[in-house]
Parts: sequence; structure tokens; C-alpha cells
Amino acid sequence: MIKEKPTITWETFTEGLWRENPVFVMLLGMCPVLAVTNSAINALAMGLATTFVLLASGTLISLLRHNIPKQVRIATYIVIIATFVTIVDYTIQAISLDLYNALGAFIQLIVVNCMILGRAEAYASRNRPLKAIVNGIGMGIGFTFALLCLGVVREILGAGTLFGLDLFGPRFEPWVVMLLPPGGFLVLGAWLLLFEWMKQRKERAELEAAAETR
Amino acid sequence: MGTETLSFIFLNAVLANNFVLALFLGLCPFLGVSGKLNTALPMGLATMFVMLVSSVCAYLINLVLVTFEIEFLRLIAYIAVIASAVQLVEMTLKKFTPGLFRSLGIFLPLITTNCAILGLALFQTFKEYDFLQSLVYALGAGTGFMLAILLMAGLREKLELSTMPTITQGAAVSLILGGLLSLSFMGFAGLGG
Repeated sequence: MIKEKPTITWETFTEGLWRENPVFVMLLGMCPVLAVTNSAINALAMGLATTFVLLASGTLISLLRHNIPKQVRIATYIVIIATFVTIVDYTIQAISLDLYNALGAFIQLIVVNCMILGRAEAYASRNRPLKAIVNGIGMGIGFTFALLCLGVVREILGAGTLFGLDLFGPRFEPWVVMLLPPGGFLVLGAWLLLFEWMKQRKERAELEAAAETR
Repeated sequence: MGTETLSFIFLNAVLANNFVLALFLGLCPFLGVSGKLNTALPMGLATMFVMLVSSVCAYLINLVLVTFEIEFLRLIAYIAVIASAVQLVEMTLKKFTPGLFRSLGIFLPLITTNCAILGLALFQTFKEYDFLQSLVYALGAGTGFMLAILLMAGLREKLELSTMPTITQGAAVSLILGGLLSLSFMGFAGLGG
């Protein structure tokens, strides 16, 4: 078990943004990532809803971390998460029915987003509330950013629009396949390839630099 | 709604609206446990069993919730039932096939957070299926999950024997394979609704 470090560093916040990005690096919570990213606005809404649940449940679990018995902790976490998801579900339904219909069952399925349970188990239950909040914000932004990466690409290619604005004019032939399920897999695969390529290029450059100095 | 024939519900859940490849449910085990055929098969069976159990329980619970008009508790009630069903499967496997229990590892308790199972319970409630229809729907969804994970495992076993550029090693190539599988399953789209 990792020892509890009391200090909050810049690292606590940025960890979720890039180095441990929940989607691109840890491959957690893939189902909503692929399912609702057929337009940028859906992706943004889903990201915000997930961030809220992540933050709220993380805070509560962190506050209660000494009172939850170890044997039933997973069940407790899930019930806490389910409560906040129910709140989000009814809130979105009250604010925008269109958005609610577009996201469908995936709002309720935030409950089973492995990222949230994973963060609860690995971080919130071991750290002070403030630190859990800072880390939760970072993770939430990282998740939303990843959703937007997919949503923007799929909307531009699949419909020729961005946040509903027409980009290419009437002569553009949309790639409908990008809006359909296969598009989700292919776009995420392409992003991962790009990141892997960047990482390997950086590693090679570092190796060469190290060889030159020697 | 709720008037579809049983064979239609089954085919729809297996092929046209395959839970993994068309509805994006249950991707974590789909990507995580599909490395080898002999772990993919028990994973598929365990998921299918949990689906059947939780579908029956969800149907009964929904009756209770509707009677007392407390539908806002649906999500919490369903997830609690699914967690117990998974616990049951875990204990059974540990008792009778310890080797298998170890090879599934962390992915066994994670069936709880497999969205395919909660998704199934929610969809059958939205579609207002009766008891028999729910059962067939669960069977179809389970078969569909198994089909997808077995196909994927077969592909990945073949892939291990071929040489690949270094950047495609890891998750990226699995996702692209998933995309191609999903593309081919779209050919069944006309069967469903």
C-alpha cells in the first residue's frame, strides 16, 4: 500500500491530465468514451457529468475513509456513486431533454464506469479530502479532454460540423461511418497510435542525445 | 413495445444490436481478457450467467419498485443485485475450479462494473419486456458478448504470430481490430430494429 503523503503538489493535479490520463494511458471507462462521442457537444456533456460524479463521490469517500469497513468497501463505494449518478440523471433530464435523449442509458451507466470506482479505490480512500478533490479535478479534465478529442474528430469527419456549426459547406461528403459504432473504435485506435508514435520518437531522441553526450 | 417475438429479440441482441460491437457495452473485459481463447471462453460463460441471474432479479425488483412507486431507487437496487450475483459466481468458481479462478484474476470481480450487465437490466426495463422476453433478451445478450469476445480472442491469437510495427503493439491494434469486427457486424443491421 502506498504511504499517505500529506502534501498537495502540482503533480497531484496534472497526473490525470496527461501522464495517467484515464482514457489514453490507463484505458479505463471505455464504454462511454466510444458510445457518446459521435458529436462534440455530447462528448462535453458526458465528460462534465462524469467529472461531477467523480468529484462528489471522491470527496465523500475520502471524508468517510476511516469509517468504511474494509470488507464491504466496494459495495459502499458503488452505492455512493449510484446516488450521485441518480442526481446527475435527474438534473440533466430537468435541464435539457434533448441532451438526455441523445446520451440515453449512458448517463445511468456512469455508475459502472471503471474509472470512477478505480479512483475511489486507489486514491480517494487513501488520501485527505482536499488532495482527493484536486486529483479528481485533474482526472475529470483529463477524461473530458479525451472525450472531446474523439468527439471533435468524429463530428468533423462524420457530419462536417463542429459543435453544430457547418465547417466545409454543402460540397462536403460526410463519412457517415465515423458516426456509427466502427468509427468510435477506429478513431480511438488512431489516437492511440499517434500517442505511441510520439512517445517512441521522444524516447529515441533521448537515447540519441544520451549517446552524443557520451 | 413489449410485443416483439422471442426469436426477434434473441437475434437482435446477438447480431444486429450486439452489446459489445454495436452498443459499446462491456468493453473493458472485451479488450482486457480477449488475449487468449481459453480465458475468453470462461469469461464469456461467467458473464452470460451473471446476465441471466441479474436479468431475472432486475425484473422482479422492478415489479416491487413500480408497486411502491420508488423508481428513483432503481439504479441503486440493480447495482446491488448485480454485485451479489457476481459474488456468487466468484465463490462458485473459487470452490470448483481454482485454476480458472486465478487465470481470470481481477476481471472476475470487475464483472460488477461491466456495463453490459447493468445496461441489460436497464434496457429490458425501458423496453417493458415481460418475464420470458427478459430472459430471452439476457440469453441473446450473453451469447452476443461471448461471440464477440471469442472472435476477438481468435484474431488476437493469430496476431501474435505475425510481425507488427512497434508502435501498434498494445491497445491500439486491439481497438482497430474491434473497429473492423464492428464494421462487419453492421452487415446484420437489417435484421434488427
